[in-house]
Amino acid sequence: MQAGKMTPFIKTGAIWAFVVLELIFFSVAGEFLSLSDKAFMDLDNMLLLLKQSAPIGIIAMGMTIIMINGNIDLSVGAIFALAAVILLDSMSWAIFAGLGDWVIPVSWALALLTGVVLGAVNGLIVWKTGVDAFIVTLGSMLGFRGLVFMYNGENPTSELNWTLVDFAEAQFLGLHTATWFLAAVTLVIWYVMTKTVHGRNAYAIGNNREAAVNAGIRVGPHMMINFMIIGFLAALSAVVFYSESGSVNPNDGQLYELWVITAVVLGGTKLTGGAGSIVGTLGGVLAIQLLRKGLGHIGADTETVNLVIGLILIAVLFLDRQLNLKGKEELKT
Amino acid sequence: MTDQTPALRLEGIVKAFPGVRALDNVSFAVMPGEVHALMGENGAGKSTLMKVLGGIHQPNEGQIIVGEVPTVMTSPLQAKSKGIVFIHQELSLAEELSVAENIYLGELPLKSFGRVDWAKLYAQTNAILEKLKVGFNAKTRVGDLSIANQQMVEIARALTVEAKAVIFDEPTASLTDAEKVVLFDVIADLKSQGVGIIYISHRMEEIFKITDRISVLRDGQYQGTVVTAETDEEGVTQMMIGRKLDLSRAAVTHELGDIALEVRDLSCGKLFENVSFQVRRGEVLGFYGLVGAGRTEIAETLFGLRNPSGGTIHLDGNEIRINSPADAIAMGISLVPEDRKGQGLVLGMNCRDNMTLPQVSDLTAGPFVAEGAEIAIFDQYRDKLDIRTPGWKQTVGNLSGGNQQKIVIGKWLSMHPNVLIVDEPTRGIDVGSKSEIHNLIRELAAQGYAVIVISSEMPEVLHVSDRIVAMYSGKVMRTFTSEEVTEDNLIQAISGITPANKVA
Amino acid sequence: MATLSKQDIGKILARQGILIAFAFFIIGFTLANGRFLSPDNVMGVIRSSAILGVMALGVTFVVISGNLDLSVGSMMSFSTIVVLDLHDKIGPALAIPAMFAMTLCLGAFIGFLVGYLKLNSLIVTLGMLSAIHGLTLTYSGGQNMDIADKDGTWFDVFGQGTALGIPVPILIFLALAALLGIVLAKTPFGRKVYAVGGNGTAATFSGIKRARTVFLCYLMSAGCVATAGLIQASRSMGSQNTVGQGLELEVLAAVILGGASLLGGSGTIFKTVIGVLILGFIQNGLLLVGLQFYVQFVVTWIIIILAVWLDIAAKRGKLWSNIA
Repeated sequence: MQAGKMTPFIKTGAIWAFVVLELIFFSVAGEFLSLSDKAFMDLDNMLLLLKQSAPIGIIAMGMTIIMINGNIDLSVGAIFALAAVILLDSMSWAIFAGLGDWVIPVSWALALLTGVVLGAVNGLIVWKTGVDAFIVTLGSMLGFRGLVFMYNGENPTSELNWTLVDFAEAQFLGLHTATWFLAAVTLVIWYVMTKTVHGRNAYAIGNNREAAVNAGIRVGPHMMINFMIIGFLAALSAVVFYSESGSVNPNDGQLYELWVITAVVLGGTKLTGGAGSIVGTLGGVLAIQLLRKGLGHIGADTETVNLVIGLILIAVLFLDRQLNLKGKEELKT
Repeated sequence: MTDQTPALRLEGIVKAFPGVRALDNVSFAVMPGEVHALMGENGAGKSTLMKVLGGIHQPNEGQIIVGEVPTVMTSPLQAKSKGIVFIHQELSLAEELSVAENIYLGELPLKSFGRVDWAKLYAQTNAILEKLKVGFNAKTRVGDLSIANQQMVEIARALTVEAKAVIFDEPTASLTDAEKVVLFDVIADLKSQGVGIIYISHRMEEIFKITDRISVLRDGQYQGTVVTAETDEEGVTQMMIGRKLDLSRAAVTHELGDIALEVRDLSCGKLFENVSFQVRRGEVLGFYGLVGAGRTEIAETLFGLRNPSGGTIHLDGNEIRINSPADAIAMGISLVPEDRKGQGLVLGMNCRDNMTLPQVSDLTAGPFVAEGAEIAIFDQYRDKLDIRTPGWKQTVGNLSGGNQQKIVIGKWLSMHPNVLIVDEPTRGIDVGSKSEIHNLIRELAAQGYAVIVISSEMPEVLHVSDRIVAMYSGKVMRTFTSEEVTEDNLIQAISGITPANKVA
Repeated sequence: MATLSKQDIGKILARQGILIAFAFFIIGFTLANGRFLSPDNVMGVIRSSAILGVMALGVTFVVISGNLDLSVGSMMSFSTIVVLDLHDKIGPALAIPAMFAMTLCLGAFIGFLVGYLKLNSLIVTLGMLSAIHGLTLTYSGGQNMDIADKDGTWFDVFGQGTALGIPVPILIFLALAALLGIVLAKTPFGRKVYAVGGNGTAATFSGIKRARTVFLCYLMSAGCVATAGLIQASRSMGSQNTVGQGLELEVLAAVILGGASLLGGSGTIFKTVIGVLILGFIQNGLLLVGLQFYVQFVVTWIIIILAVWLDIAAKRGKLWSNIA
């Protein structure tokens, strides 16, 4: 009983402890190593950190549902890129020429719709063919990326709309627009996962799929909705990011799936599904972003970040296994 | 009772699978307010019958009548909506969710926007939990509950509908005595509310304590229904096995050799404690006990799959340490595991490759596998064990259970082991092959192998063993010789009852 | 018995469905462009598939053992960068074994994590994808690597040379395929790989050292990656840090296309070679009929899904899934 209660506590608490540890480490180390004389915990720096967490963070919320459900989505980076291309390109389409700045909501809607449709394609294939989500999304990671390239070759797609840039760069109550989006998405998904039937069913399916089926939960449509949600969120992430930057390269978003999955796993979501929390994922996202920023702050090469993150991911996996070992008498298979 | 309408009635149910008639004309009825035991050996057709009731299998003939309405079952969910509820032996719960969410899985009360109506959910759940007088509440995470309490959650699930009949499948398998008392109270409660109860169990003690009538299946055929008060254990056993037990063949017909394997005070955590026994060459030592008594765990420890926490193992008089299956195999200890498909065979591989798997590194010609030698081994044991397969290229997954088991046995015989451990030798195997495998085990002993047989089927263990070790919850209760053993004293030993405190 | 043979027929059809589709594809492209099946073009396709192919050979072992390797792309970048860097520092004769040793160390590390520590191979190799990428960038300082004296070295033989009129990369690929094909099909080790992937528990219960078998599979995969890195480095004589990026997916696609199950226990080297060639010919064919290079991604996507779908549909005996 005692052990059963401790483990989840350690897991949810651990990621936030890690975040605090990183803050302390980089602040202290920054004093000695940093080239800039600005403190790491500087308010502007922290606000920027939150803003920079948004693109990965928004997608990670969707990935948490998918992984709690017992699936995985490797195509989020490609969806992100395709939605960005649609967003920026559609602003200059002739049919929208008369709209003026009203083109913005229209383009946003188109980009988001793209994400939902691509997610639905993944979900439908998983549901109807019974092929594992890993293979399906591995394939569409390639296929969706192909669509991005087919759209505009290797050229970047650019469209700077200053109204949009102003909106994206705005700060409300100190927080950037992107941060607000991250906060809103986190809140909504947290609410869905803890308070709604859909969210609770996601846990049930990931925990014990057979029991869920026997209880009459329709697993297929449920999974498809989740893929649509993550598609939507990948597109939303693109909308938030590219509204500001105004230019997308066809290779953008590559390796996003890696960052996102790392954040979710760091946040304590079980690989086998059934357990995980949105709050934990938020911690995972911040931990990764802190690491990226912090390593830069203390003068480490940005390249080192990949190395460190990869190793941390493996270390977390190892710790998780150690915590779950049942004891010496366990069957050795 | 006779003029009442049965809560649930089965009429002439037939279910045939290719080559087997799993259920052959099964008919019986459960009255409202009756606890009706369903008994039979493993493989007698109980689980197939449950699957027919739950709509997982459709019967080839016959019908299911709920109340007065003939009903076609299509899924467990639909069966539940008709008032037929299952409490499974294997729990089907989502551990991360709360008790309330599990009880109303798939039927969570809704508010607007797909929100869960928590207030209503908890109120309804607490009302049910109160009836069950359990010590946990609606918000408890199911993963934090003991197995017994998890079972209570399953039972609570059954109470969310107007149940007409509740089917308990081996409900006490993992319960302590105190927990059993609570369960029996719940069953008495259901009974007083006029619910019909089907109670599946191997445990005679329980059957005679709580049931009103007993129906028996044997080899898929319905053997009849008796009133519990009017029969006794022997009568039921005879219905189950269809004959007086024939123990004659268990008599030792050859000289026993030296002690091959001796185990002294072997323990493995709480799985089993201070187990001691010895087995001689030419002897079959049977292990009998309930599921969870620690028999399989002993076998796994002897085979290097678990680390013992104490005690010693001696082979031919020398103390040995076994750290891995490779060690065990090198010392001539072989294990035919209980889960043939999960542990015994690589189902996607062909017969030959499966049979030679443990020695593939030694059967070489230069760097390559000597396939000719492999085929020779396969042919030899195919003939010896009478394995029916078109050829060595046949994928093992396509063979019948009996032939698969012979492949596993052949795999180890071809290694010429000192000690052969066979765990559940005939689980899921048809009757014809069963006696073949029994004869084979006796024959192996006659050839001088030391054989350990673990079985949950009493006729089997009585039939093949020279001596029988009776286990109860991780401890050896008693070791019987074939002269001493009777069904009665064996059942008492494995139920943890010592003759002194036996009731009646 | 009747239902069984029906299923077998379905299985055969499903497997050959891919080959039949491939045959139609070849015929179609040959009609569209006569050059498609010319010896030059065929040789060109195999040559350009050689690097991918060599990597796929190693990954086949990993996949049959029931695991995944998503790190081969970034590991290949690592090998390429390292061998190019060392070439100018210690000469090719020492650079090549040094690079192999370093790459094998990476493989051993992954094999240790997945085999002995039993960590989830998807996440471990995903982490290693990132970690090795970081390692490469740290090693090179983010700079491209180039061999200074491109004419004064024999190092170009692996990527650009020919022997008996056949390009060396093709010879390496085919020789390695033959060697590993024999290892997988004919040696005790190969048998163990199938057993571990087919049913790891049963393999353990038969005394097979599962951890060691998995470990060795990753070691073989790393060896193949090092070979691929060598060909790549020798062909280009200079390289970016990201030369292998994304290759892990194409490699996996080829292996799956060849019919290896991601659940482990099935697949052969020969089938993988077929899978590699199918991918190569599709890329080439699409280009020859004038389609954009990128169309191949979409076509590959569709082919992978169809291949896996047909395979499992044959196994379950019906086209659509049982998911409610």
